[in-house]
Amino acid sequence: MSEDQPILQVKEVTKAFGGILALNRISFDVHEGDVLGIIGPNGSGKTTVVNCITGFIKMSSGKVYFRGKDISGKPPHKIADMGVTRTFQIMRPYYSLPAYKNLVIPLFSPRAKRTGGWRGGGKLGDRNTVGIDILEEIGFERDSYVPYKTASTLPTGYLKRLELARCLALKPEVILCDEVFSGLSMSEIASMVPLIERLQMDGITVVMIEHRLRELFRVANRVLVMNFGEKLIEGTPDEVMANEKVKEAYFGSEDVEEVMTHA
Amino acid sequence: MEQRRKERLDRGVKVRSDGLYALMSWRELSYLTLPRLVLILGIIVLPFVMPNMYWQRVISIVCIYALLALSFDFLAHFLGLVSLGGAFLIGVGGYISAILNTTFGLSPFVTIPIATIVGAAVCTLLLFPCLPLRGVYFAIVTLMYPLALKRVIEALDLFGGTNGILGVDSFPNSWVEQYFVIAMVLLFLFGTRRLVNTDLGLVFRAVKDNDQAVKASGMSITYYKAIAVFIASGMGCLGGACIVHIFMWSGISLFALDFSIIPIAATVIGGGGTLVGPVLGAFILVPISELLREFGTLRIVFYSLALMAFIVFRSEGIMVYGERKYHQFERWVKV
Repeated sequence: MSEDQPILQVKEVTKAFGGILALNRISFDVHEGDVLGIIGPNGSGKTTVVNCITGFIKMSSGKVYFRGKDISGKPPHKIADMGVTRTFQIMRPYYSLPAYKNLVIPLFSPRAKRTGGWRGGGKLGDRNTVGIDILEEIGFERDSYVPYKTASTLPTGYLKRLELARCLALKPEVILCDEVFSGLSMSEIASMVPLIERLQMDGITVVMIEHRLRELFRVANRVLVMNFGEKLIEGTPDEVMANEKVKEAYFGSEDVEEVMTHA
Repeated sequence: MEQRRKERLDRGVKVRSDGLYALMSWRELSYLTLPRLVLILGIIVLPFVMPNMYWQRVISIVCIYALLALSFDFLAHFLGLVSLGGAFLIGVGGYISAILNTTFGLSPFVTIPIATIVGAAVCTLLLFPCLPLRGVYFAIVTLMYPLALKRVIEALDLFGGTNGILGVDSFPNSWVEQYFVIAMVLLFLFGTRRLVNTDLGLVFRAVKDNDQAVKASGMSITYYKAIAVFIASGMGCLGGACIVHIFMWSGISLFALDFSIIPIAATVIGGGGTLVGPVLGAFILVPISELLREFGTLRIVFYSLALMAFIVFRSEGIMVYGERKYHQFERWVKV
């Protein structure tokens, strides 16, 4: 395997829901350690891309390669087991369980048993303790009662973190974040940004779907713009911002600068 | 006007008896163990207090319904699989045990464990294609299984056809019979209670709560559903194997709808999700149905009225209500 082989390769992925073409021959590469942002207007197929990559829906045609291995058509649990994990836009915690017990479930998975959790060196200790450790690192105060609260009583900010924590429990290589910032207050987002930067420092490749452009452009080093199921442009944040097509499709007739300041 | 509101508070002794601290005084210790002891001793004493053979036999049948109710509650409230296939489990376990006993001459104490494990494997294999189904769809498909199997046996004249398999050995005596099924109920009751509190049990609950998230955690939900169905089928098949040896006969009446419906009613009455509740529910429902036998066909009317009363007045179930009363006290406070 060569050094510069992309960790994730999406090749000509097409998805049709009946007669509607949700994805039309989307191709892009993600390199190891990258933070790739995917932006686009509502309904442009961003979530469908994530669903196709992680196997939650079957793509109509096309291929996805993870470290050179074809993962298209595999069931979602197999793909997660390889280290390509995702968060859900609408959070999916186990509402009836306490927050730290939410992490016992991913820690019970075969992958976590092999890797030992986020920081684990292959040996998994007591799952409850490891779960609380992960929660603490991701911003749940250990000494407070928050990790012990039932997930149904937690506010959105904690649930979004819990989504990330579930991925981290698997010691992932790629995390596909589906709008982790949406529904959060400015201060909550401000505290989430360093978390994403930390994942990057840990060597985890991150793909982020986001509407919050200012925060996204702070963490992302590449940005992919989608519109009507097609790839509009891919490049660095500066290139994307300067592009006329993006201005037209995504920002409409408004001035980019103005949108940015109101984002 | 003065406004008042009902307040519910945990009893001090409940809080004190959480965790290791409970071992520090007899009061806390008995708070934890007394309900369990009452249940265990109550069930063990039952055969002694029964007036005659007829009622002793009822106990065995009650225990089999209790096993089925336990298996239903386990699947429905911890896996989210509402199974109407109780009769299917009874039938598979019963036929396997009867065949082993009559053709190979094995004793009931050999056939019953074999029927439990082999039966559970057979049921899991047959139910495997339906595991991706959820909710009502799983219920309907499992309801179809016993009916289909019954017709297959009838039509193809398998295993004695409509006559069934006669001359199955009985238990050595009625005491052994009763205490065997009682022991099995207690074993599986406390076994499943322990199981659902382990990490594996947590995964089961997660599958019910949110199967997409379990998939995203790198675990196959079909695999865990299959494990749970295997455990639940084991309980059902065990019941079926016992019934065959109690009645010394195996036939298509093992696929009777009673075995599918009464466990559900018992779960509703006892309180779903508690595991103890369904067992208690079976111990209440089946004797009521026996007591009402003298009313002839009117029995069903009284039976349904009793069920309706339970659902209207105590829809949460006896056990949920009882646990709340045991752990909490209520008082009126001024607002």
